[in-house]
Amino acid sequence: MARVIVVTSGKGGVGKTTTTANLGMALAQLGYQTALIDADIGLRNLDLLLGLENRVIYTALEVLSGECRLDQALIKDKRQPGLTLLPAAQNRNKDSITGEQMQYLVNLMEKDYNYILIDCPAGIETGFHNAIGPANEAIVVTTPEIAAVRDADRVIGLLEAKGIKQIGLLVNRLRPQMVKANDMMSVADVKEILAIPLIGVIPEDECVIVSTNRGEPLVLDKKLSLPGIAFEHTACRLDGQQIEFLDLQSYSRGPFKRLRRFFLGSSAS
Amino acid sequence: MITEFFERLFVHNRGSREDVKRRLKLVLAHDRSTLNASTLEKMRKEILVVVSKYVELDTDSLEFSIKTDSKMTALIANLPIRRILEPEDS
Repeated sequence: MARVIVVTSGKGGVGKTTTTANLGMALAQLGYQTALIDADIGLRNLDLLLGLENRVIYTALEVLSGECRLDQALIKDKRQPGLTLLPAAQNRNKDSITGEQMQYLVNLMEKDYNYILIDCPAGIETGFHNAIGPANEAIVVTTPEIAAVRDADRVIGLLEAKGIKQIGLLVNRLRPQMVKANDMMSVADVKEILAIPLIGVIPEDECVIVSTNRGEPLVLDKKLSLPGIAFEHTACRLDGQQIEFLDLQSYSRGPFKRLRRFFLGSSAS
Repeated sequence: MITEFFERLFVHNRGSREDVKRRLKLVLAHDRSTLNASTLEKMRKEILVVVSKYVELDTDSLEFSIKTDSKMTALIANLPIRRILEPEDS
């Protein structure tokens, strides 16, 4: 039976889909059969971040209407055969799928996978409730900003009310230099306010945009970027491994320190 | 204007991190304490049933509300008593 985990945030644009794509890919790299379900109907993006947009023929909606079988809609990633995507419909609205139908899809898939990640739409309306319905765990993505943390708090309350107890916090787009200058909340600040266990910290980095431009999740890079490493570590923690959090402060001290670290090793940082 | 200039020159930027934490804690205290109307009404009825076992209340001037300030959230109930009822089992 699969672990069914919903990736959610409340606020839009904080990195739910980026997180789903990278964690899914990283879990598949760890050897797990992993399925990603795009629950953002009408505004699907997960296929783009994975670079699979040209392979979408059928979506969850056609499976539900009986126009195709489930296996016809599932897209197996050629770079990483452990990863499968069930795309959402793009030309419909969020009400075109019900909570029961979402549950039905997950039930169909549960036996074939170790992990099922559900990419939740922004907001806390029907689409949100449909996406969290079949999940028994959640990852709440936030950035260290006031609006994102407030919305995350609201979402945590709703998840708990639905009986989802295992909730992990992922702090995205952290800028260590701003934290150091006392102009951004630290991870500890956010964790203290939201009071749920931390599962990952991803630094802000231009390479995230480059990876979405190409449709290649960061964890696929041969030489991993810092956010790539951070996503990989998050996947390992999800898998139950104990992994220390990166000291992001030491990675961002400018080109000279970076050079020094490159030549002298990490002890110089 | 001149003082402002000197302030900018000499006063160290204390950063916005404490500001955002303070504002966030305040707004969350408020968000978290928000009860929907039906829950509040249900609670009100149940409390009245319990209290009415012991005292007769002035039902016209009852007050029930949730108030939140920077420190805490409180349920404020104002239940004027008409008379004390005799305990049944004594």
